[in-house]
Amino acid sequence: MGKGTGRLMHSIIDAFQFIGDNLHFMLTKTVEHLELSFAAIGVAIVIAIPLGVALGHLHKGSFVAINASNMGRALPSLAVISIGIGFLGIGFINVMVALVILAVPPMLTNAYVAVDGVDPDAVEAARAAGMKPSQVLWTVEIPLAVGLMFAGIRTGAVYVVATATLAALAGGGGLGDVIVNQATYGTPGVLAGALMVTALAFLVEGVFAVIQRLLTPKALRHEEGPVDVLLAPAIEGT
Amino acid sequence: MLVQLAQAGPVIPTFQRGSTCERENRHFCWDWFSSHWSNTFVPRLVEHIELVAIAVGIGFVIAMACALIAYRWKWFDGPATGVFAFFYTIPSLAFFQLMVPFTGLTRLSAEIALISYTLLILFRNIVTGLHEVPPDALEAAQAMGLTRNQTLWRVELPLALPAIMAGIRIATVTTISLATIAAFIGVGGLGQPIFNAIQTGFKTQFIAAGVLAVLLAFVADALLVLVQRLLTPWARARVG
Repeated sequence: MGKGTGRLMHSIIDAFQFIGDNLHFMLTKTVEHLELSFAAIGVAIVIAIPLGVALGHLHKGSFVAINASNMGRALPSLAVISIGIGFLGIGFINVMVALVILAVPPMLTNAYVAVDGVDPDAVEAARAAGMKPSQVLWTVEIPLAVGLMFAGIRTGAVYVVATATLAALAGGGGLGDVIVNQATYGTPGVLAGALMVTALAFLVEGVFAVIQRLLTPKALRHEEGPVDVLLAPAIEGT
Repeated sequence: MLVQLAQAGPVIPTFQRGSTCERENRHFCWDWFSSHWSNTFVPRLVEHIELVAIAVGIGFVIAMACALIAYRWKWFDGPATGVFAFFYTIPSLAFFQLMVPFTGLTRLSAEIALISYTLLILFRNIVTGLHEVPPDALEAAQAMGLTRNQTLWRVELPLALPAIMAGIRIATVTTISLATIAAFIGVGGLGQPIFNAIQTGFKTQFIAAGVLAVLLAFVADALLVLVQRLLTPWARARVG
């Protein structure tokens, strides 16, 4: 055990050395990784948030909106990529589509739950004050729901950054390229890639947590801010 | 490297011997799928289920033991969560490979990684479930003269069952997903045909293996919901 731990420590030191020696290469791969991730996160937001907000505003489709995240969580990420390759071929687009499919469910469910769960008294008060439905939506419901909505975006974003590692298997590039090619980069390379992906996931988590906090109305800011309604583990299915 | 192979053009496993559909590499060739069902897909499916069942089973035993310790001795909660969360954040493609120098290209390597991933989910759900047992129920148990162990087995664990089952459900579908990636170190399962397809570019194999993995996850999820309902009839009555 002691020997194993020693070897592991050595490998971690080697991994940092690897990052230092190949800084330019690792940064290129990181940029690729982020391009792919943000493209997928962006598309997923455009699809999931308006749909979730609309359903929540109308208080309709709860079954679909809430079960979306359960279905999404059950989807094996590599299987989705595999089916994607079958239909769309190898490359960036296929991987991006797969990542969008994986990111939409938590965003949709959170957006729905956030808007659906806005205090009915606040909505009623706004209506009594003579606001039109669209005004109620934009000035009452969305501001009150935005924190929880962002919790879903955060979950989806971290999931995408972690899962984008698999892109390497399907020609999508990114840090996965380093992790997958142990033959070329050796164990230090694998570890270095893994460390970078993990750091990136934490970074994205942190950035989105800050945005979430800034967007949450002051009165609703608790110690930790709204927590994702799902028990969704942050980095599952990497 | 794998990817370059695939981009070089499809190498159909059956070369010139296959049907027109296979040679043209259409999206899905039923004839190929049905002729490979029993010798390619069924064994991989069985391997996959084995990988997942062993991982969730052993993971559950470890998580339950740790959760019971953390429930009785609070200080244990923080360190255990920290260690399990650490495992959880390791990218799986890397985790499987990093086990290889220690335990080789074996199922043991895959299982160690898969078990490690289940621990955080199961531990957190069991602990949360135990902590959410209503104080009234505990007081009633005490008033009836139940010992600490009797309270645990007859009151706390049954009342925590919905949360525990939810944890098993999430851990199972997560492990089904991760087990496809385990095929990267050659331990079989439904990931194996996917990795083979990456080398050959054969579309039918991509789609067949992917769809089977998705179906397996959905069926497992549905079955566990059913088990949860059967085990906790009172929860269903309460929700309405």
